[in-house]
Amino acid sequence: MFNDTIVAISTALGEGAISIIRLSGNDSIEIVSKLFKGKNLIEVNSHTINYGHIINPEENSIVDEVLVSVMRAPKTFTAEDVVEINCHGGIFVTNKILEILLTHGARLAEPGEFTKRAFLNGRIDLTQAESVMDLINAKTEESLNVALNGLDGKVSQLIKNLREEVLFVVANIEVNIDYPEYDDAIKMSNEILKPKIFEVISKIEKILEYAKTGKILREGIKIAIIGRPNVGKSSLLNILMREERAIVTEIAGTTRDIIEGYINIGGIPLKIVDTAGIRETNDIIEAIGVKRSIKALEEAELVLLVLNNNEKLTESDKNLLKISESKQRIIIINKSDLETKIEKELLKNYIETTMLDDKSVDVIEKKIKDIYNLGDIKTKDQAYISNSRHIAKLKLAKRSLEDAIESIELEVPIDMVEIDVKDAWMTLGEILGEEVGDALLNELFSKFCLGK
Amino acid sequence: MYDIIVIGGGHAGCEASLAPARMGLKTLLITSKISRIGHMPCNPSIGGPAKGIVVRELDALGGEMGRNTDKSHIQMRMLNTGKGPAVRALRAQADKVDYPKNMQETLLNQENLTVIEDMVDDLIVEDHQIKGVILENKERIESKAVILTAGTYMKSRVMISSETRISGPDNERPSLGLSDNLRRLGFITLRLKTGTPPRVAIETVDFSKTEPQPGDMECFAFSYDTTEYKPLENQVPCYLTYTNAETHKIIMDNLSKSSMYGAIEKIESRGPRYCPSIEDKIVRFSDKPRHQIFLEPESLHIPEIYVQGLSTSLPRDIQEKIIHTIPGLENCKIVRYAYAIEYDAIEPTQLWPTLESKLVFGLYFAGQVNGTSGYEEAAGQGIMAGINAALKIQKKEPLILHRDEAYIGVMIDDLVTKGTKEPYRLLTSRAEYRLFLRHDNADIRLREYGYKIGLIDEERYKKFNNKVNNIETEKQRLSQVKINPSKSTNEYLDSIESSQLKDGITALNLLKRPEITYHHIIRLLHEEVKLSKEEIEQIEIQVKYEGYLRKTTSQVEKMLKLEEKLIPLDIDYNKILNLAIEAKQKLTLIRPLTIGQAQRISGVNPPDISILLIYLESFYRRRKGVEIDERESACEFIPE
Repeated sequence: MFNDTIVAISTALGEGAISIIRLSGNDSIEIVSKLFKGKNLIEVNSHTINYGHIINPEENSIVDEVLVSVMRAPKTFTAEDVVEINCHGGIFVTNKILEILLTHGARLAEPGEFTKRAFLNGRIDLTQAESVMDLINAKTEESLNVALNGLDGKVSQLIKNLREEVLFVVANIEVNIDYPEYDDAIKMSNEILKPKIFEVISKIEKILEYAKTGKILREGIKIAIIGRPNVGKSSLLNILMREERAIVTEIAGTTRDIIEGYINIGGIPLKIVDTAGIRETNDIIEAIGVKRSIKALEEAELVLLVLNNNEKLTESDKNLLKISESKQRIIIINKSDLETKIEKELLKNYIETTMLDDKSVDVIEKKIKDIYNLGDIKTKDQAYISNSRHIAKLKLAKRSLEDAIESIELEVPIDMVEIDVKDAWMTLGEILGEEVGDALLNELFSKFCLGK
Repeated sequence: MYDIIVIGGGHAGCEASLAPARMGLKTLLITSKISRIGHMPCNPSIGGPAKGIVVRELDALGGEMGRNTDKSHIQMRMLNTGKGPAVRALRAQADKVDYPKNMQETLLNQENLTVIEDMVDDLIVEDHQIKGVILENKERIESKAVILTAGTYMKSRVMISSETRISGPDNERPSLGLSDNLRRLGFITLRLKTGTPPRVAIETVDFSKTEPQPGDMECFAFSYDTTEYKPLENQVPCYLTYTNAETHKIIMDNLSKSSMYGAIEKIESRGPRYCPSIEDKIVRFSDKPRHQIFLEPESLHIPEIYVQGLSTSLPRDIQEKIIHTIPGLENCKIVRYAYAIEYDAIEPTQLWPTLESKLVFGLYFAGQVNGTSGYEEAAGQGIMAGINAALKIQKKEPLILHRDEAYIGVMIDDLVTKGTKEPYRLLTSRAEYRLFLRHDNADIRLREYGYKIGLIDEERYKKFNNKVNNIETEKQRLSQVKINPSKSTNEYLDSIESSQLKDGITALNLLKRPEITYHHIIRLLHEEVKLSKEEIEQIEIQVKYEGYLRKTTSQVEKMLKLEEKLIPLDIDYNKILNLAIEAKQKLTLIRPLTIGQAQRISGVNPPDISILLIYLESFYRRRKGVEIDERESACEFIPE
């Protein structure tokens, strides 16, 4: 409740160029340092801004390039250790970072909680106390809906079912403990428990898998098309946008005069970064084109790097290959209908296209689906979970169950294994907003005929 | 004039009167019958999961139940030995004759304690302060504090089928006036119900048709001070048998004759789910082909068997029919019939966590009268009420056990924070920090408190300190001694099916392996075992489960932070505008002492807690200069 580390996205979630994720609490520096590639944040001076990358330790991949402000207590807004992560705006990346923080020890801040802490820690004047309370009140009402909204009815049913499965296991163990002579409950042993836990884990994994899809379907994938001039970026864009399959909405960029467009291939919304740049680069000198590509690349989640089959790799190509290396990318060798001059042996994992036919689009679509594990998308009847807090909780529940499996393998007594299983049950309950209350006792006495 | 008067000589009353007397306060116990002190109206079993640990906790604090059970049992078993150390629990079959007799002897010989036979009819209360009690004959006895442990005796009504009778358990006299007078004082009461099964004559039971359930062939004791054990070979077994389809048919055919199923109109009371009658079991679990029936000998001195599992309020003739369908009991003779009993209890949220009532200063409640069931639960409350009444008179800080310290703490916190709708029974699942609340470490958790308040004498305390020192010293030593992968070491490890060492390892780390015991380590070090069994057990548990204990520690630390945030007693929740209405009502009713307690009240939600915290911060800042010693504020209970 206090002194634990809280996190929230403190900029409006949307299309700003930069998003700020703020943490406050004793462990905030340690949590971020574990997820940060760059300087060791534990050792940096207070009130410094540090360049680096946020990594996803589970996949060992880079999530985003960031600036991290480290501010140690007490001279911070909350008078606690505060870390602010400046990342590239965009819902996908920001939420991803939030989710990683939530699975690594931070808790999602309650409404008004930063301000509340500031007050409780003496940073805010007494006269402001009332307004802090109003803030909590207002935001609570607002978030009551938000909390539930994020959860699709089908998902909540899925999680409810999962939770019941876990509860049954827990209740059985509890009966064994509290009524050791009662003969009608399954005598739970680690051998019986193990497959049951695995089953639940695999169900959680499935929901998480869907979650990825759900997120992508809701928020789209930010795509950058990069490459030297004249390799076929424009044609690629055009073919992607051509005919009925492409729906383009054009919004005028405000500061940088960039036009962005959404296109939709195979049900996946793609948001093309810097479409204007792609078109313009035909006419401008190569250096500027590359520079522009770098910028687009920074913002994108997926990079389509276009190369020319008909030419040898140039320094610029190699440069682009290098800078896009850490990104999720698709290498497209275009103009495959012309003579091959490119050194394919230097490249891995590419697709070949000719921008003359629709088949190329199918190849790209398939590749994207492979990368994001989207398979056949049936938007209508699939249940998705998309809220970062929910995803983080699911992952935490999964981790507790994995801990339980580990304990089982170490032959730890079942009542200790149960500690982790119970944790998973409570974490799942938090997703649904259900309190622990008397649920376990009710289960015990409704499922088992106990007592003398 | 007495310091403390205890009303009732059941398991709560015994502990509630012994504790203050031992702390040097002039104490009076008023009981309806001295020969009934420490009596066991239900089955003579003490301990079991959670409850057994309560007995250990009582003993660690300086209570009597553990020692008395060690003196008075006919069988002991350690339960859950196949599971982890946190859930191991000792259970004894007490001797129904010896247990009360030994307890009476202890009470009657206790310095500072006077025991009289009488009935209390009313309380003397002046200006919200208890002044003493009024006996049946209108005689007044004055005291500074009163502890009410009336058990199931207030307005109790015994029921067999349609027949009801105003009576206490076992035909004892009930207390008729007391609960009316409590209501007059403003207390809210509950109507609760429980029951007991028939007893049968031992010589009429054919035990050959049942499965014997013998005691363990190892010496166990509840008390840390017990050094003499009863001979193991004198233990008496219990027996297991089952109901069957015929039993169930008779019950279903006669259901309407059960007091609880329509034979009596207007049953207002609630029975415990933990203690269902046989008719409840058969109605609610109709798919179960049979139910377990345990035959428990009640005493070596009386030839009676307690038929556990057959609580009922069916008429006597049906009880006969039912029992004769059960293997081993076909020809048995019922010596006492089963009955249900309903009684008045008080709503326990009217108490502070010290068990002092919020309505009347110096009036404490403990035991079944607070809506619990079970001897151990009663005794656990009894000792805490006794201790706190004494501490208050001594003008010392109260002793409130936290949820991470004792099952007793869990129970009292549950009662005063959440209240209860049915007789409350302790279960291990009620404890969040079960791993801490173990059978083995009750002394480590609580003996220090017992010593501080004066219930544990120097000698016992010294013994305890030696144990703690030995454990710490040995752990320290093991963390420094290295075991190297020598040929003989690895051969020995092979022989006990543990993997060989490749590098040197500290003895402590080797002990972390599940299959390695302390004795293995000592063997590897070519040493002699110098520590006691209990000390070795502690070391093994602390070392092997270190990771889990650490996890629990971090959860506990979070909880304790909230317990440290105290709420002043004169807070007016209605003045906190932003609180939800339900939260206002609940908080006003329960008046939690800490934010931690507030948070556990159902209906008080996280935003309410946030608002409360901010209000308190403003409140304290406004009162700047008036430093509130938070512990003390919990002491000065301000009556309404």
